[in-house]
Amino acid sequence: MNRVTAVSPEPVSRSTTLATFLTLLCARPAAEVVDLGSVVGANITFLGDRIGCKIHVEDFYADLDRHARQDGLDQVADFLKSRFSHLDESIDAILCWDVFDYLDRAAAHVLAGESVRMLRPGGILLAFFGGGRSSDLHYTRYCIVDETHLRHKFHAAACHRRLVLQNREILNLFGKLAVLDSILLKSGVRELLFQKPTN
Amino acid sequence: MWKHREEAPGSTSGSDSVPSPLQPAVVPREFDQPRGQLPAVKDAPLSVGRSVVIKGELSGDEDLTIEGRVEGTIELRNHVLTIGLNGHVDAQVVAKSIVVLGRVTGNLTATEKVDIREQGSVEGNIMAPRVAIVDGAEFRGSVDMQRKASAPPTDQGVGSLTLDAKVPLSTMPAGNGEVARV
Repeated sequence: MNRVTAVSPEPVSRSTTLATFLTLLCARPAAEVVDLGSVVGANITFLGDRIGCKIHVEDFYADLDRHARQDGLDQVADFLKSRFSHLDESIDAILCWDVFDYLDRAAAHVLAGESVRMLRPGGILLAFFGGGRSSDLHYTRYCIVDETHLRHKFHAAACHRRLVLQNREILNLFGKLAVLDSILLKSGVRELLFQKPTN
Repeated sequence: MWKHREEAPGSTSGSDSVPSPLQPAVVPREFDQPRGQLPAVKDAPLSVGRSVVIKGELSGDEDLTIEGRVEGTIELRNHVLTIGLNGHVDAQVVAKSIVVLGRVTGNLTATEKVDIREQGSVEGNIMAPRVAIVDGAEFRGSVDMQRKASAPPTDQGVGSLTLDAKVPLSTMPAGNGEVARV
C-alpha cells in the first residue's frame, strides 16, 4: 500500500492484499464480512452491491474512543472478550484495517483470538500493522475505491497509535491462521492477509 | 355559491387589500367540491410531530415523516418513511424507502432503499437492495443487500482480477511501493 497521491488530503494507495482479499471473498457465495473499521458507506456499497456480501459494521474505533474518553483504554481487553456476538466459525472474512495499532498487547491478543474464533474454515482476515507510534489523534477511514485501491480519509480520534508489533509477534497473534500474503511497504506498514485452515 | 377565480400569483384585482364586497377574502376550496365529497388533502405529507409519542403498530398507505418518538413496529410497504432530525424510532421498520436523519434502534427493511444521512444514527440490521450511508453517520449492525441471484462460485474474481491459486503469491510481481513480500 503505497501513497500514489501523497500531497492529497485524502491519499489513494494501491493494495495488492486487498485485491487478493476481494478475489477470495468473491469465491465464497453469500459471504458474511465483519468490518472492524469506521462506518464507510462506499465500502458497504462496494461489498454489498458488487460482491454481494452481508456486512457487519462494528466500528471498533468508536469503542476505542469511548474507552479513551472514560480513561479506560486499559480495560479494552476485558471489553473485547464479550464485544462480538457472532457465533463461532460464522464469518467468512474480517477487515481489521489498522485497528491493532491502537491496542495494547493484551487487547491485541483478545481481538486476534476473537477474530480466529469467528472465522469459518477457509475464512480470510486482512490487517495492516506498523503505522508507527504516534501522538496524532486521528483514525484512518479506508475507503475502497476499486479492487486495488484504497482512499485514506482521516478523522479525529480520542486515542493514538500505541503498538508497534514486530513480524514475529504478529505471526504469534494469529498462530492458528496461515499467512496468505505479507507485504512490507516503503512506509513501514505491513499488510497481512491470513486464512483459517480448512480442517 | 361563490365561484373560485383562477388568478396568477401576485396579480391583483381592483383594490390590493380590500376585498370586493362581491368576492370573499378567502375562498374555501371545499366550496368547489361536489356536495357530499370531502376534499382530498394530497400535498401535505403526514407527519408525527415532535411532541408525539406512539407505542404500538403504525401502518399506513402514504408517506410519513416522524419527528416524534415511535416504539413498536412501523409498516409502510409502498411508501417512504422519513425519520426526521428530531425523530427517535425504537421499532422494527418495513417500508419502500427509509430515510434516516434522526435516531433509530431496530431493524430496517426496505424494498427499494435505506438512506442514512449525516446526522442519522442506526443501531440494527438493514435489509434493502440499495443502502447509502454517508460518512459521519452512526451505524452499528449488519447490511444485507439481498443479492437477487447469487452467482455460483467460480474462479473469476472482481473486475479484472482473477483467482489463480496455481500461482504462488510470492512469485507475483510486487505492486508499486512494496518493499517485499515477507
